[in-house]
Amino acid sequence: MFRNLRWRIIVSLVVLAVAVILLLPSAPGIKKTTLGKLLPDTAINLGLDLKGGIHLTLGVDVDKAIENNMAGIGQDIRAVAREKNLAVIKPNVMSGPRLEAQLVGAANQEAFETLLKKDFRNLKIDSKENQAEDRVRYVLSMTPEFKKELAKLTLDQAVKTIRNRIDQFGVAEPDIRRQEGNRIQVQLPGLSDPERAIAVIGKTAHLEFKLVDDTVDPAAIRQGLVGPGREIIPLMQRSTGSNAGKDVPLVVMKDAVMTGEHITDARAQIEQNNNQFSVGLTFNARGARIFERVTEENIKKRLAIVLDGKCYSAPVIQDKIAGGKAQITGSFTQDEARDLAIVLRAGALPAPVSILEQRTVGPTLGQESIDAGMTATLIAAVAIVLFMAVYYGVAGLFANAVLMLNIVLTLAGLALFGATLTLPGIAGIILTIAMAVDANVLIYERIREELRLGLKAAEAVHKGYDRAMLAILDSNTTNVLVAIILYQFGTGPIRGFAVTLVLGILMSMFTAIFISRIMFDIYLSKRPADAAVSI
Amino acid sequence: MSFHLIKPNTKIDFIGLRYYAFALSALMILAGMTSMVLKGGPRYGIDFAGGVILQTKFETPVKIDDLKKSLEATNLPGLVVQQLGKDKDSEYLIRTSLMENVTSAQVQKTVSDAMTKDLAGSKYTFKRIEMVGPKVGEDLRGKALEALYYAILLIAIYISGRFEHRWMAACIMAAGLFAGITALQYFNAPQVWLVLGALVITLALCFFLKLNYALGAIVALIHDVLVTAGIFSILNKEFDLTIIAALLTLIGYSLNDTIIVYDRIREVRGMRTGETLPQVINHSVNNTLSRTVLTSGLAFLAVFSLFIFGGDVIHDFALAMLIGIVVGTYSSIYVAAPIIVSLTPPEHLAAPVAPLKAKAKA
Repeated sequence: MFRNLRWRIIVSLVVLAVAVILLLPSAPGIKKTTLGKLLPDTAINLGLDLKGGIHLTLGVDVDKAIENNMAGIGQDIRAVAREKNLAVIKPNVMSGPRLEAQLVGAANQEAFETLLKKDFRNLKIDSKENQAEDRVRYVLSMTPEFKKELAKLTLDQAVKTIRNRIDQFGVAEPDIRRQEGNRIQVQLPGLSDPERAIAVIGKTAHLEFKLVDDTVDPAAIRQGLVGPGREIIPLMQRSTGSNAGKDVPLVVMKDAVMTGEHITDARAQIEQNNNQFSVGLTFNARGARIFERVTEENIKKRLAIVLDGKCYSAPVIQDKIAGGKAQITGSFTQDEARDLAIVLRAGALPAPVSILEQRTVGPTLGQESIDAGMTATLIAAVAIVLFMAVYYGVAGLFANAVLMLNIVLTLAGLALFGATLTLPGIAGIILTIAMAVDANVLIYERIREELRLGLKAAEAVHKGYDRAMLAILDSNTTNVLVAIILYQFGTGPIRGFAVTLVLGILMSMFTAIFISRIMFDIYLSKRPADAAVSI
Repeated sequence: MSFHLIKPNTKIDFIGLRYYAFALSALMILAGMTSMVLKGGPRYGIDFAGGVILQTKFETPVKIDDLKKSLEATNLPGLVVQQLGKDKDSEYLIRTSLMENVTSAQVQKTVSDAMTKDLAGSKYTFKRIEMVGPKVGEDLRGKALEALYYAILLIAIYISGRFEHRWMAACIMAAGLFAGITALQYFNAPQVWLVLGALVITLALCFFLKLNYALGAIVALIHDVLVTAGIFSILNKEFDLTIIAALLTLIGYSLNDTIIVYDRIREVRGMRTGETLPQVINHSVNNTLSRTVLTSGLAFLAVFSLFIFGGDVIHDFALAMLIGIVVGTYSSIYVAAPIIVSLTPPEHLAAPVAPLKAKAKA
């Protein structure tokens, strides 16, 4: 019996020691000491609701990316067909997305279809019909596998781009992960300027250079008649005095002469003449060549710099620009120029993203929540400890010791699994305090019952523990079941609640059944067998 | 030598009181449901309804009426301004619904502009900004319902298996429930119907398979959720994710109490005392009463501390738990156990009961 007891004491001391080692790294300031370097790298993570930060759910418009890709394929088909002396005209993306295109010369059908099969294996022919003027109209669509692959690539690319931008923006420990339904979850702890971060993350940053057509009559522009291959985009008018200038319509060629994919670097820079900020761009070799050719061919014309469908500036090309450098001016503030440089450097998002959910907790509220949670926990614990000591005497003291141990073990469990402590999580700890007490109350009430039946102390304690055990197991099982369901379906803070609840329940069973029993056994072994027990 | 809240030999005739208890329960549920119907369904928080919340703290005192007047001029849809804490804190919760193509940044700007214009000189900070889009709101509603559904399923299976040693029946029930729900899904029934369907199927299966304990426990759970949700509606509180979490937790908690009572009933039945079923149940409830009252009291105490000191963010969660603890304790004593008596055919009530295990083998 005693040997057995000794082993149980050793086990509990080991558990306690492990718990303390797991918890110590979470103590403030301990990392810098010599002791801190020896300790394991376990610490309790605070959730965004406690340390402040931004939680975003972004929806990636994958359909749009697939559509863009389809348009690109349309151009490719045209180019490849031309090499084989086949004329394909009017490639056009329809909903679905499907691609319609017309082949000139019905006799060329076989050659064209062989070409499709060879070079465009990801497409299938939905339908074809003969048209007037010896043309055949084809409707093509992507194979489902290819669509799936594209969607995956788009999401991967989006995650990569967003991570890139956030890293350049300078956020410590960002958490970016893909979710089902073409969503991306972004968590940025401890950020002081959420609006800017959101603007940087959410910007598509699709940069295009388009030639301006200044020959269109202003009256025609107002009516929207701009001729084929042209489109109207807003030219942003931003003077330093009032930022809200009115945008002017600008007619540009639909096909961009160059896009942002050739950018290797982008930097915010200050302009010497007017102290405003602009963004300097550096192109790669291919981009530099394209830019040189375009500027050479279009001297005295205007080149519009278009970002996400809005023109920032449309300077007149004075001379051929060699060397692969360009500049976006637009009366930026320093922050705006810096943020724009970040998104251009990190690359465009492969598809537009929208913010589906945003939760921002300021650092003051986080700290307030921590303080409030601590106060509530402390007061709850003190009230329960006092009650137990008064109501159960010595046994109550055991219960209290076990209660403290339970809190320590629960926190150690959080540290061990790298779980996140949230505000509902603190509520979970408070609930677990109540539940830990419940296990003890169950046992003690049972012991009291057995004592009333006339059993001796040792026997009553023995029976009390044995009989209460089943009830404790049964009743806690349902709590664990519910907590698992909560974890499965809950969002961040609620998951934190579920985790503390499960840990707390498991620890409370261990402490109430195993550890408090040891205390009782020691207590009883030091007393005569028929002495009364304080319970 | 030691204290007793409940005297050791308490003998309250809970079974005799059961009709009063049923009436009281019916009254509470009816009141809650009436409130819900009158208010056009539960009041959803932004988690479920979508919308924007701006928790705004002013550094200098600003009256709520001034703030309201200022914001009402902006014509933001579904505007609600609510005071947090005390008057001197000047802290407010501003909530609006979400419109098509309007981002939270724009709502934030509209609010900022209005406050800068009308409440000049009062510096403020947004301590918390939450925006839930309609799509996410819909998803979260779905997830909450799914969680409720799985909770019912698992608990029903666990109780019937554990307490009646009829894992076979429990499995039949699980299969029936699963089949029923799959059928409903096949017909594309909305999720609310799925959960209601799951409930009805569970109750019906428990009834026909004579899983009286499981049925009692589930009725008690439904009772707890309905009463708590009803009181929330009467108090004009919002339902959001944390409240659903609180409801699920209280399901676990109330079940905890119920199981302790059932556990004792099982034990007393095993002792072959020659008592009739109502006597056994009274005996068991009275035996465990001290524990029930103590634990619930202490849990109430702990959550009450959270309610008072835990801050605004967790306030409603704590309130739901507080209500739930009281209702859950009541239902374990007055609903879950007495319902077993009501479900047993009258001719069996007068006879001494057999232990549960023996019945299972038969």
